[in-house]
Amino acid sequence: MMTLRVNGYEYEVDAEPDTPLLYVLRDDLKLNAAKYGCGLGQCGACTVMVDGKAVLSCVTPLVLLEGKRVTTLEGLGTVSEPAPIQRAFMEEQAAQCGYCIAGMMMRAQALLQRNPKASDDDIRAELAPHLCRCGTHMRILRAVHRAARLMDTAELSPSDQRGAQ
Amino acid sequence: MNAPVILDRRQMLAGSGALIVSFSLRGAFAEEQGAPAAAAPSPPGSLKTSPYLDAWLRIDADGAITVFTGKAELGQGFKTAFQQIAAEELDVPFASLKVVTADTRLTANEGYTAGSHSMQDSGTAIQHAAAQARALLVAEAAKRLELPAENLRTENGAVIAQDGRRLAYADLVAADMLHVQAQPTSKLKDPATFKVMGQPVPRVDIPAKVTGGVAYVQDMRLPDMVHARLVRPPSYGAELTDCNSSAVEKMPGVVKVVRDGNFLAVLARKEFQAVKAMRALAAAAKWKESARLPKQDDLLALLTTQLKSQDMTILERGNPSAAGRRTIEATYTRPYQSHGSIGPSCAVAQFVDGTVTVWTHTQGVYPDRQAIAEMLRMPPANVRCIHTEGSGCYGHNGADDAAGDAALLAKAMPGVPVKVQWMREQEHGWEPFGPAMATKLKASLDSEGRIADWNFEVWSNTHSMRPGSAGSLLAAQQMAEPFPVPAPKPLPLPEGGGDRNAIPIYTFPNAHVVHHFIPEMPLRISAMRSLGAYHNVFSIESFMDELADLAKADPVEFRLKHLDDPRGREVIEKAAQAFGWHKGQQASQDRGYGFAFARYKNLAAYCAIASEIEVNRETGRPRLVRAVAAVDSGQVVNPDGLTNQIEGAIIQSMSWTLYESVSFDEVRITSIDWQTYPILRFDAVPDTIEVHIINRPGKPFLGSGETGQGPAAASIANAIANATGKRLRNLPLTRKRIKDAIDA
Repeated sequence: MMTLRVNGYEYEVDAEPDTPLLYVLRDDLKLNAAKYGCGLGQCGACTVMVDGKAVLSCVTPLVLLEGKRVTTLEGLGTVSEPAPIQRAFMEEQAAQCGYCIAGMMMRAQALLQRNPKASDDDIRAELAPHLCRCGTHMRILRAVHRAARLMDTAELSPSDQRGAQ
Repeated sequence: MNAPVILDRRQMLAGSGALIVSFSLRGAFAEEQGAPAAAAPSPPGSLKTSPYLDAWLRIDADGAITVFTGKAELGQGFKTAFQQIAAEELDVPFASLKVVTADTRLTANEGYTAGSHSMQDSGTAIQHAAAQARALLVAEAAKRLELPAENLRTENGAVIAQDGRRLAYADLVAADMLHVQAQPTSKLKDPATFKVMGQPVPRVDIPAKVTGGVAYVQDMRLPDMVHARLVRPPSYGAELTDCNSSAVEKMPGVVKVVRDGNFLAVLARKEFQAVKAMRALAAAAKWKESARLPKQDDLLALLTTQLKSQDMTILERGNPSAAGRRTIEATYTRPYQSHGSIGPSCAVAQFVDGTVTVWTHTQGVYPDRQAIAEMLRMPPANVRCIHTEGSGCYGHNGADDAAGDAALLAKAMPGVPVKVQWMREQEHGWEPFGPAMATKLKASLDSEGRIADWNFEVWSNTHSMRPGSAGSLLAAQQMAEPFPVPAPKPLPLPEGGGDRNAIPIYTFPNAHVVHHFIPEMPLRISAMRSLGAYHNVFSIESFMDELADLAKADPVEFRLKHLDDPRGREVIEKAAQAFGWHKGQQASQDRGYGFAFARYKNLAAYCAIASEIEVNRETGRPRLVRAVAAVDSGQVVNPDGLTNQIEGAIIQSMSWTLYESVSFDEVRITSIDWQTYPILRFDAVPDTIEVHIINRPGKPFLGSGETGQGPAAASIANAIANATGKRLRNLPLTRKRIKDAIDA
């Protein structure tokens, strides 16, 4: 048993210590957003935040997460109360199949928390570990820019504060 | 074929207490009903094969409206477009509808969701079914109000009389009203009055996808579900000679090891337990492999000389008065390429009381059901396939195979839901690839710089080995009593397979086109977005530039000189004008401009793409700076959805064109992840992509999901040639090939 802190809640997790975080999130905690794409850290679909930094959950074993704060897309907001990054992706219609999108959003969120004034070059460089096969890249870039503007202008809502943990 | 489906659904609806609406033949179509059925032309779209209106629409007594489509949402966004179409023609609010997609229990059999057919087949059927349903509701209201139907209008889910009396659809429906065959023609709305169609309505599926909702089959969790992982053979035809699984069976969480011939899998309570057990089982398995793959570095010889072909002349046009003076020839090749879905294939299946239910991201629930039923030796009626979204597929990837795997494993675990998730290397190694192709072109210019004769030959495998029969499924091929892989067939024209878009859209006085169909398939192949059109359009449109160069003509002007189709001409002119293309233009240092055009299948959407490329002369690295596309897909339903498709086509095709080829040695596929099969990353994303839509109000929908693949490839190739002065004809146009050409 290990205590894992995800989206502000503490969970007692009964999984072997070498279990990648991805499987704990999806299988034990029944969270959907982080996706299995390669299990090799090559595609970015599994990205979540750990202590505010983007992390590839498919290659991060549970044992390394003791005492750390994990944030997934679910922790940022909901359909009715979306976080700025979620609102931005909806407003830009920045998805086709959408399978890669949750991972993209988490890395973008981590970037914008760290650097609210990220330039286009910063965003492109930051998203380099992420693959999108549908070719939605132009919209993803627009959505991240929009999210930066929304974060800049909007007052922090409770959901944002959760996300910023 | 469809009657049992409708019965199934009607039985189910009766069981769930929903009301079926009724219909009286004294309604709107009474006169047409009197006409002899044999003389009647067939109704449009998929109403041809599923003519009952209630196969497409259901209006419940509580006013709930459900639209049914036999097509599968694959991330193209058509679920939203269909909802728009139905809302428009029924005159109900967009949000009041629900769309149910491909399900062998609930929806019409619309075959595969492929070939850019969804809007043409299903969208058209829904449009007409909705229009005819609205007419029936108006007729019923006319009867009740004792008013002529033409004095009534519809709005917001109700029929309204001039005196203000209002009858809601929910009050007008009665049992079986929509259980009536569609008429050949419908009174469609005037496009000038559209409120929902033509609007960029936000996609209905995106909110769940950006908030962590249940959106994919990968997200399904059924009570007591177990997780399965496969140990696939390491190479085609490998035989499992030994596998002592006793240690694996004792591993934590392991429920069962299933071996059936060369089919090997493990099931466990928790997902990562299944992964660990799979690794242990793979280590325990001993395989006998054989060297059966061709040489990767000489696909041209493989296709044009080593493999036998069946040769078909598919176009022969002669005009002896047109005489060529100057002749050029060129040969183009395309390697095997991967669909490369970001999410490896997945399926959930459950076997209960002799019936198996499979949740699958297949493109064809009915053909997949047929294949699974045959494999399990069960009647198709006892297999239900429910489409559940997966990662984008772009054609026939591992989806159907995973569905077959899940069904086979579910049968081994009666009552227990089984989820099968392929690993990355399994998707890359076992998906059916887009086939390698070769084309040889030869053409002559007359004294005025016009093309006088045109010769085009294409060598290719088939482009569809999709299910329908069990032998298409990996599990069925690998089980102890295997099903044979069905004999490949060329896909018939006019749509074609390897010869898709091989017939030029341009008007040439002499033209000769040959399709060399190659039955033998050294690598596992099947349908990949646009089939042969990707390579054929790449070849034709590259060669058009080579000929324009020979004629010292501007590439856009040269195309227009050979094109009669007015809609095609308009698309070319729009893309050129929006790009700022002009005769005699000169790109800046190390940059080049390219142009290409096609009408997908010569019968779907038109697409022209102009591009600007920058080439680093030191490294050979190309970068698409900007692309400008124009597209005509007939009546536009959702302009933002269409734009999204074209943007995606350009980026995906750029990735195929610049980076991608499946690699293999004599025994194994060696491109098994994103390291060994690199695709486009953010550093190669262009500065801008513009999409200009030419809307055609009231015209038929023209499928547009694949129309960009060929033009994007050729536009990029032409821009590289323009930037470097070197023509590259072998895909992919890699940095190294560009560098070698520059240095040559």
